[in-house]
Formats: sequence, C-alpha cells, structure tokens
Amino acid sequence: MSLDTQVFTITRADLVRYAEASGDHNPIHQDESVAVGVGLPGVIAHGMYTMALAARAVSAWFPDAEVVSFGCKFTNPVVVPADGGVDIEVAGEVKSAEDGLTTVALTVTCDGVKVLGMPRAVLREAALRG
Amino acid sequence: MPVDQSLVGRVFPPTRPYVVSEEKIRTFVESTGGGYAGGPAPATFPIVLAFEAMNAFLEAESIDLFRIVHGEQKFAYERPVLPGDVLTATLTVATLRQIAGNDIIGTTSEITDGSGALVCSTSATLVHRGADG
Repeated sequence: MSLDTQVFTITRADLVRYAEASGDHNPIHQDESVAVGVGLPGVIAHGMYTMALAARAVSAWFPDAEVVSFGCKFTNPVVVPADGGVDIEVAGEVKSAEDGLTTVALTVTCDGVKVLGMPRAVLREAALRG
Repeated sequence: MPVDQSLVGRVFPPTRPYVVSEEKIRTFVESTGGGYAGGPAPATFPIVLAFEAMNAFLEAESIDLFRIVHGEQKFAYERPVLPGDVLTATLTVATLRQIAGNDIIGTTSEITDGSGALVCSTSATLVHRGADG
C-alpha cells in the first residue's frame, strides 16, 4: 500500500531554530565557510532534521500509532541555500502488517536524489496496543 | 589525529537529568515546521538526550564537532517520551574503524527515566572527517 507523498521545505532559518531546539550547534549547519572547509558542498541540513521530517510524514499517515523503532542512514547531504529553501519529498509504502505491527519503508529525496538510506519505521497501531 | 582505539567499550557518565516539558516538545516540533497540541513527543525527540551525551563524549576526547557528520541513527522505543519524564542518556562507544582517513565511530545511548527504566535505546554512527580529508 502506497501512502500519500509529503513535501516539506527546509530553509537556513529552520536550521537555526532546530539547532536551538535540539542542542546541535554544529557550524556545518549554519556557516558556509566551515561546511566547505570540511569538504561539504555547502551548508547542509542536520541529518536529524530530515529524519524529523520523515517522522512527521509517518505521523501524518498514522496519527494514532506508537512508533516502536525508527532508523536510517544519512547517505547524501541536503544542501540548504542561503536564499529560499530546498524541498524534501517523503514517500512511504507499507511493507508488512502483522501481529499488530506495521512496517513502513520510506523513500526520502531531495531533487530526485535519495538522501536517507533504508529509512524504516515500525509502528504499533493504537487500537491494537496493550 | 585518529580517535584512540582504546575507546571501544568505554561507557561515559550519564547526562544530567533532563525534564521533558510540553514547552520543550513544542519548541522541537515547531522547529521542524510541525504543530503540537500536547501528548507524546515525536519519534526523533530523544536525539536531544543522545546529542547531549555525544557532546560530552566529544569534549572529553577533544574531538571537534565541526568535523563530525552523521552517518546513521536508529531508535528502538520501549514507550513514547511524555511531558514530565526526567530522562538521562548513557553513551557507550561500541565500534571504531578508520576508513580513508576518517574515523567511523559507532555509539549506543540508553535513555532511561527517573525510575531507571529504559525508555529508548538509540545507536548512532558518527563520521569524524580527518584534517586532511
């Protein structure tokens, strides 16, 4: 079963707010010269920012479910321009649903390139809890 | 400087108790463009604890945060994080490899509540980019 693809936009201002909220003040998410200095293509989004967007999509699809596990690799950086923003698309597919657990495989892309590797969430439906 | 191999297996001291509040959850949710009307924290919220534990580990080992790039993150939840929880994270260095001048550091963090019960265990792979990388 395919789920409705969700689209989110990330701006530099979002990264500043996320740094404050999460405590992750790594300057590669704020400062172009530091990012380029360590070999990155520019200021990149926190991997955990993109993962949080993936989690938002999962909770939009399954508002009453409890997340049992959630994981991914960060395979490609999400470069966030100084002006405007960058769009992240989160697609999902239910891979299995058994014993009250639903496994959702996600596909998270930026400009058509996968940015998360094997993003996957396992959910426990609220009605089946306990 | 490569990271010291003897770190593997090292358990770092628990982070100071962190009181989860609706306000902290709301700030986190809104920073990723979402809305919050109370209730459990979103799935990636425990990163706040895991990140604090990682920061303490990096500082203890004099590793520069700006040379770290996130490679992988996994969470396994015993239960959702709720407002009122008092959480601490305890980080263990699980694995350490050197590839192409980079250190690949595998960590696990156990996040426990005020009663000592496990709430979430999370593992992270951190890529420490070498100075010549």
